[in-house]
Amino acid sequence: MAFREGGAIGTALGFYLIVVSILSIGIGPDLAILSKIAPGVLWGTLLLSALLSVDRIFHNDYEDGTLEVIALGPLPLELVAVAKATAHWISTAIPLVLMAPVLGMFLNLPAHGFWVLVVSMLAGTPAVSFLGAVGAGLTLGLGRGGQLLSLLILPLYIPVLIFGISTMDAVLVGPGSFSTSFAILAALSLATVVLTPFAAAAALRMNLQ
Amino acid sequence: MKLVVENLTCRRGLRTIFKDLSFKVEGGHGLLLTGANGSGKTTLLRMLAGFLEASGGKVHLEGGDEELELAEQCHYVGHHNGIKHSFTALENLQFLSDYLGGDNFEGAIDTFGLRGLEDIPAAIMSAGQKRRLGLSRLVLVERPIWFLDEPSVSLDVQSVEILAGVVSRHIKNGGIAIAATHVPLGLDFADELVMGKSQQG
Repeated sequence: MAFREGGAIGTALGFYLIVVSILSIGIGPDLAILSKIAPGVLWGTLLLSALLSVDRIFHNDYEDGTLEVIALGPLPLELVAVAKATAHWISTAIPLVLMAPVLGMFLNLPAHGFWVLVVSMLAGTPAVSFLGAVGAGLTLGLGRGGQLLSLLILPLYIPVLIFGISTMDAVLVGPGSFSTSFAILAALSLATVVLTPFAAAAALRMNLQ
Repeated sequence: MKLVVENLTCRRGLRTIFKDLSFKVEGGHGLLLTGANGSGKTTLLRMLAGFLEASGGKVHLEGGDEELELAEQCHYVGHHNGIKHSFTALENLQFLSDYLGGDNFEGAIDTFGLRGLEDIPAAIMSAGQKRRLGLSRLVLVERPIWFLDEPSVSLDVQSVEILAGVVSRHIKNGGIAIAATHVPLGLDFADELVMGKSQQG
């Protein structure tokens, strides 16, 4: 099912790079402040960058009619949604996560924070892709769905953000337990992976009407 | 095999698009849908293909494959071609064949004159060539029921003839074809259903 058109990945990566650079330049060269805000900036901007590309999850297939062909095929739309969201995770979320440590250097992220950054993001980003798929499905029929999509989906990203940050804080500043926050973060991801395909498929059916 | 439509009704919001529509199409027969713009041809075809839920009545297939849903036994060719623009013709066919299960590549390419276009990305094809590529899945993947919505749009005269030939061959082999169009396709359908007027089969 890896049939995808290029495009959004470069935009998302570029956006991530630029926003983090702008913030670090804007805040200035105070290393203590930078390293303090690094987790929040990296996580928050990651969510925004991912959001830029989620509306592409179904959009092209809807526009060119492939979605109709797919709907008449043997796979139920729930599994189609799983496949498309997974494809988004692999093609967009993982590159963003891999870029995060590089940007962490801009922000003077402490060295022992790098692994927890990557691990927590890898655990949290499936939720980003799968929730995004629901929003993408819902806003398909709207011409400029992008803006509405951000309003719909960003609030749902907040739990991921909170536990992503608390996972990192537990390691960087303490007190708190890495494993507790990490377990909740992973649980969030797993729950969305299981539940959202049904919502996304329902949204697709609605838009095929 | 027989496609039976009973008292099919479609309401969208407060508007009733059509009401108590009943007809039967048996294997080896075609049905031509005609009617003015906005008379509900596309809506009916999308409802038959299962994209739209009926507000009343039902559609069922007698004597088809019991294991499969109606949606998995039909082709729906709508306003969009259903091809990926970044893929070449052959890659598009390959995907459709992997996903839908047919593998009559030679037939699909030859029938719709796609020879020579195999390695051209669909993005740079002309509208008619894209259309032919979209239509080629009718031949690539064998399915007994065809729903065709304005299938001849952007085709040249010669390609319309090819399409007409493909559809009549399908019907001759016992398939069902329901086509909506307001240009004569050169098809000799036995039955015609005029939408938006007295509705009978």
